[in-house]
Amino acid sequence: MSEEVSTQKPTSLWRDAWRRLLKNKLAVFGLCVLVFMVVAVIVGPYIVKAATGFSYDTMPTDGNLARSMPPSLQHPMGTDDAGRDLLARVLQGGRISLMVGIISTLVSLLIGVSYGAIAGYLGGFIDNVMMRIVDIFYSIPYILIVIVLLAVFGGPSTPEWIKWLSTNIGGAGNQGLSQIFLLFFALGLVSWLTMARVVRGQVLTLKNQEFVLAAKATGVSTFGIIFRHLIPNTLGPVIVYATLTIPSVMLTEAFLSFLGLGVQPPYASWGSLAADGIKNLAIFPWQLIAPGVTMALTLFSLNFLGDGLRDALDPQTRKF
Amino acid sequence: MLSFIIRRTLIIIPMALIVVTLTWGLVRLAPGNFYTGEKKLPAAIEANIKKKYGLDQPWYTQYGMMMSNIIRGDFGDSVKYQGQSVNEIITRHLPYSATIGILGYLLALLIGLSAGTFAALKQNSSFDYGSMSLAMLGLSVPNFVLGPLLVLVFSFWLYWLPPARWGGIAGLILPVCTLAAIYAAYIARLTRAGMLEVLRSDYIRTARAKGLDEKTVLFRHALRGGLVPVLSFTGPALAALLAGTVVVEKVFAIPGLGNIFIQSVFNRDEPLILGIVAFLSILIMVFNLIVDVCYGFLDPRIRYE
Repeated sequence: MSEEVSTQKPTSLWRDAWRRLLKNKLAVFGLCVLVFMVVAVIVGPYIVKAATGFSYDTMPTDGNLARSMPPSLQHPMGTDDAGRDLLARVLQGGRISLMVGIISTLVSLLIGVSYGAIAGYLGGFIDNVMMRIVDIFYSIPYILIVIVLLAVFGGPSTPEWIKWLSTNIGGAGNQGLSQIFLLFFALGLVSWLTMARVVRGQVLTLKNQEFVLAAKATGVSTFGIIFRHLIPNTLGPVIVYATLTIPSVMLTEAFLSFLGLGVQPPYASWGSLAADGIKNLAIFPWQLIAPGVTMALTLFSLNFLGDGLRDALDPQTRKF
Repeated sequence: MLSFIIRRTLIIIPMALIVVTLTWGLVRLAPGNFYTGEKKLPAAIEANIKKKYGLDQPWYTQYGMMMSNIIRGDFGDSVKYQGQSVNEIITRHLPYSATIGILGYLLALLIGLSAGTFAALKQNSSFDYGSMSLAMLGLSVPNFVLGPLLVLVFSFWLYWLPPARWGGIAGLILPVCTLAAIYAAYIARLTRAGMLEVLRSDYIRTARAKGLDEKTVLFRHALRGGLVPVLSFTGPALAALLAGTVVVEKVFAIPGLGNIFIQSVFNRDEPLILGIVAFLSILIMVFNLIVDVCYGFLDPRIRYE
């Protein structure tokens, strides 16, 4: 017994959480599917191109014959109504969908975490005002605002700074890419509220602990305390909540793309592919099923992983 | 309690005005206008249109006029659907959205509450795992994928239900089920978590110790406490229900408010956009207030300041 104790390494919070996560079969399943999906959308388009010669925008050479073909060996997911290989398009669309999900979540993290931490640490009047603003935003039907935002700023009237970003970071200044960059911010701007509340709550419990007092005593600035000492300690709940924000952002992106407000041609996301597929539903159902099921599977895994992470990182709020 | 309700009711008005201002600002900040199209209008016609809609005034005068009209409950006429007032359009299209919205939420409550309660009572049983996996699936399938899939199976393959036809119960089944799926999933998960927590609490032990039969313990005592998380989901659910009805109305070609809103946004029909946003914001805030009042009935430990 004593030998066992002496040889055991001290377990950190993260190692502990990781062990608990691995015990949760559903979360591990989610993690595996997710890793597979990420690898697939990154390298998949090249493999498909090498194996069959199709990329997401390859138009068929044999004209009308290749349009809306059912799944076959050559086209595992069939072709769309322009004759393009659907597997290549679903993989390419996955890149956009996952990218929108992750980057918008990062934008919301950036805003929500700083906002919540500042409000929580400063406290008093400032905290009161900042949280009242969050309350007001909460009761706004944000989906209406996002629809208005994307409709009026989408397409040709994208703000210059978004165009600049998409030219310099995205590599192409065309309208389609600007629209995707607009999506990052529009979706990030509406999903930071809960994050701000979560982080504020965490900071409120942390700010009276000794390490903050020690930092203050050694002369660390307020800015330093918030961003170097407090925020790293809120990482657990932030990771959990971020994992659950990604699927909800991806759902919103798909919803907007379905309405024609989100991702625009020449780009495609799972949402816009599904929206295209609905048009031919009665005759060529695979055009909806292929992107729809891929998306559902990804969201399914993300939700399971998020649930598992919550149980692993925060055993107290475990849902039994 | 009464002062709480009054205070909250009074707050709704400035909040709705903030939402309207925000929307107005967004629509105005964007380049272009509702009359700008492919073809450039002759200058004289443009000047006339601007004069008619007061667009030649400075922005603060326009804002003031818009606000004073809205405060008096007059949203003006739609600029796209000539001669129809915004209030008229809203009252004409609201019943469709309200029907599927209310029926969808009731169905979700029915399925979610019963599945969640049963899963909590039979924790770790195969029913528990099955229904919770199904709930997770419900959360992960976007409704614009689910709706068409239901149409595919029940209309095109089985010929049981019409793919899109308003009127009669048959035409309502698919839209309502599509709308309800995701909320049923949410409610089932919330109910299960809430019930599991309540069933372990002291007052349930007390109730059992008093010798109450299991039915009374469950329905009179446990369900009340277990419902609190479901109730707090009602506010966000209503906001999300709006997005849901937009999709369902589009998939099943129902002429509801959601469809009209999307149209008005694409048309840059400013009075109609502002009218619908203001109407729906107030609706959501009123519901949130009702929810907050209901807390007290479910959980007597909650006090209002």
